[in-house]
Amino acid sequence: MSGRKIKEKGIEYLLSLAGILAVLALLLLCIFLFRDGVMLFEKYPIVSFLTETKWYPTATPVHFGLLPLLLGSLIVTTGAIIFSVPLGIAAAIYISEIATPRVAEVLKPTAEILAGIPSVVYGFFGLVVLVPYIQRALDLQTGQTALTGAIMLGIMALPTIISVSEDAISSVPKSIKEGALAMGSTQWQTIYKITVPAALSGISAAVMLGIGRAIGETMTVMMVTGNSAVIPGFPSGLFEPVRTMTATIALEMGEVPMGSDHYHALFAVGSVLFITTFIVNIIASYIKQRYRFHL
Amino acid sequence: MFSNARLNERIAFTFLRVATGIVVAFVFVILYYIISNGYSVISLEFLTDMPRNRMTEGGIYPAIVGTVYLIIGSMAVALPLGILAAIYLTEYAKPGRLTWSIEMAINNLAGTPSVVFGLFGLALFARYFGFGPSILAASLTLGLLILPIIIRASQEALLTVPKEYREASLALGVTKWETIRRVVLPSAIPGMVTGAILSIGRVAGETAPILLTGAAYFLPRLPDSVFSQFMALPYHLYVLATTGTNIAQTRPLQYGTALVLLMIVLSMNIIAIAIRSHYRKKMRR
Amino acid sequence: MPDNYDDSIEIKVENLDLWYGDNQALYDVSIDIPKNSVTALIGPSGCGKSTFLRCLNRMNDLVKSCRIQGQVHIDGQNIYSKDIDVVGLRKRVGMVFQKPNPFPMSIKDNIAYGPRIHGAPKKDIDTIVEEALRSGALWDEVHERIGMPALDLSGGQQQRLCIARTLAVRPEVLLFDEPCSALDPISTAKIEDLILQLKKNYTIVIVTHNMQQAARISDYTGFFLTGKLVEFDRTEQIFESPKEKATEDYITGRFG
Repeated sequence: MSGRKIKEKGIEYLLSLAGILAVLALLLLCIFLFRDGVMLFEKYPIVSFLTETKWYPTATPVHFGLLPLLLGSLIVTTGAIIFSVPLGIAAAIYISEIATPRVAEVLKPTAEILAGIPSVVYGFFGLVVLVPYIQRALDLQTGQTALTGAIMLGIMALPTIISVSEDAISSVPKSIKEGALAMGSTQWQTIYKITVPAALSGISAAVMLGIGRAIGETMTVMMVTGNSAVIPGFPSGLFEPVRTMTATIALEMGEVPMGSDHYHALFAVGSVLFITTFIVNIIASYIKQRYRFHL
Repeated sequence: MFSNARLNERIAFTFLRVATGIVVAFVFVILYYIISNGYSVISLEFLTDMPRNRMTEGGIYPAIVGTVYLIIGSMAVALPLGILAAIYLTEYAKPGRLTWSIEMAINNLAGTPSVVFGLFGLALFARYFGFGPSILAASLTLGLLILPIIIRASQEALLTVPKEYREASLALGVTKWETIRRVVLPSAIPGMVTGAILSIGRVAGETAPILLTGAAYFLPRLPDSVFSQFMALPYHLYVLATTGTNIAQTRPLQYGTALVLLMIVLSMNIIAIAIRSHYRKKMRR
Repeated sequence: MPDNYDDSIEIKVENLDLWYGDNQALYDVSIDIPKNSVTALIGPSGCGKSTFLRCLNRMNDLVKSCRIQGQVHIDGQNIYSKDIDVVGLRKRVGMVFQKPNPFPMSIKDNIAYGPRIHGAPKKDIDTIVEEALRSGALWDEVHERIGMPALDLSGGQQQRLCIARTLAVRPEVLLFDEPCSALDPISTAKIEDLILQLKKNYTIVIVTHNMQQAARISDYTGFFLTGKLVEFDRTEQIFESPKEKATEDYITGRFG
């Protein structure tokens, strides 16, 4: 008897190790990311890193100013969200409230395809289609602009926004909607006065997750935004090349000697990126936890 | 008043329809563009030849091989680990500090940008463990990247197994682990397979992490060990499209590579969706 | 309490209290259940009869917030003592649930599931399966197709399969938790016949919300109300001349 009990306990213990490994992975990720990042500040003051406006990693003297990259990420992400949030929420409302079940069953996997397309393919598409189009349409010197990146990132954030909002909207209890309809509201009045407000926290979580996805995206922005590390103006910066934090890491890591200042600077940028998405994710999961209906 | 409300509804619904139409249009435009430009490039030679003449001619064979190695390597890491962790979380874990930490870790790993995984893999696997830029380092990195996907999909699969099966088995005097192994897991396998297939698509398409952990611009021969560098489809596409020797001349190769990559990823998605809907129907019966 | 018993006592429950979190679901329940008899537990829904039943094979252990005080002896052994093997206990005390719950396997594999895990030799499996299906009064209907999925059986057949599956593990006690509530009258009659046959070899406790069923098949009846065992006696006694006013009200359908 006790042999069997020991075996059962042993199995539970082994299984828990697999879970603990996930925690360990996150811890190691933090340690190795921050360790190499912090090493930069032994040689290069952290204040300069945070406040300098120039990123000249190979010039003499070097400048590792985070600001142009941070603002680059910010302008591209903001553009992506402005573009994809209304579109995504509208599609989510259509799928969950208006489309017939049969149409919805087709639309949902169709939108999911967007989530499956690899980012390098988006980047390639952006490069060969959208970049020349933007250049011609807006008569710019180059089509590789923040705007191009924003549009591509917006498309990529759509499936996240759609599926999470759709979840939130369809989890609004039917009884609430029926109550509104029974009082003579039109379907649209019910949607925008009752259903959408009731699902608002879920929709906000969707937006946060979309932001997280957009900030962290690398290949697409790297291929379509032109990658020049200057502080973008707003809104004029939208029509000029920018460089994001992610693109900087991916572009420059291949050419830096391991353990150099430049190497550590890229880890410092990675740390900032990680902390940013960490905060965004915490907010998203906090909002998401609150929206469940207890009926 | 009444007709005003009706009119508003009409306008709003039209807007919703147009928005949905735009989303659908994105899907089809992107697919159409890649497929229509790429399909004439694809041939048996394209799939099985080495790149030639400084990658301006020839095929993409080594990139396909590299991607397959990455898929195998990362699945070998993430699949067992993810399934075991999912079993622990759904069947054993009690609310408490440990469970909370594991859940939080998974959520944050899932939201961490892939380029950060690349930095991590570079620092830990390639440098600290001394694997160098290699298939091994890249596979481990990608394995951690897809771990949350596999855990979440497996958890969902386990949760759909009816509680009645567990009760029936326990009431027969069968231990918890035997119950999980003989009744719960067999019913959950389709869902777990779905998760695994979806993450294969993800592994095949990820570029940033492998760019930092061992993907090579060009290699004259196939990798011969787990410590070799490797070529891979997504990175190959990036190289051809942005830094290749003659970008304009190699356009057809780029379309072909993009299409092969897209086909791998999409077929994984379609298979996963098919399995999911097949078993959903079966469960309802 | 009944004056005297024909049989010795199989299950002896003393001062059982049970809480789900802060809510007390059972109050000071004491009961003596005789061997080789059918004991029915009746009462309005939410009265604690199913909860009580699940104490007898410790299925309540699965509910995280559940806490228990008091003693339950089965065959002279306190099943809540520290050194008890819960898994072994459930082997001895089988349970059939409200909704038929066959595993998504063949009929044969369903029956063989328990014996296989408990280490029955491979050559004996066919005999065990046949024996169990015969005892479950299902053999004649399914013996030609025991390889087919159990989920293809009708609801009544599924429930008898679940009974047979429980029998295959050779328990001493059988617990039935409203086994007919999801079944039609004909299937119900078959299960009732089966229960009457089984009592020769097993001690049976059945929870039912159907008073006629209790009257038809049980030797003893216990009436539960708001977590308390109001009355326990021979079934004739309960139905013909209950001692408690509440029992009488329930039997005569004055509340429910």
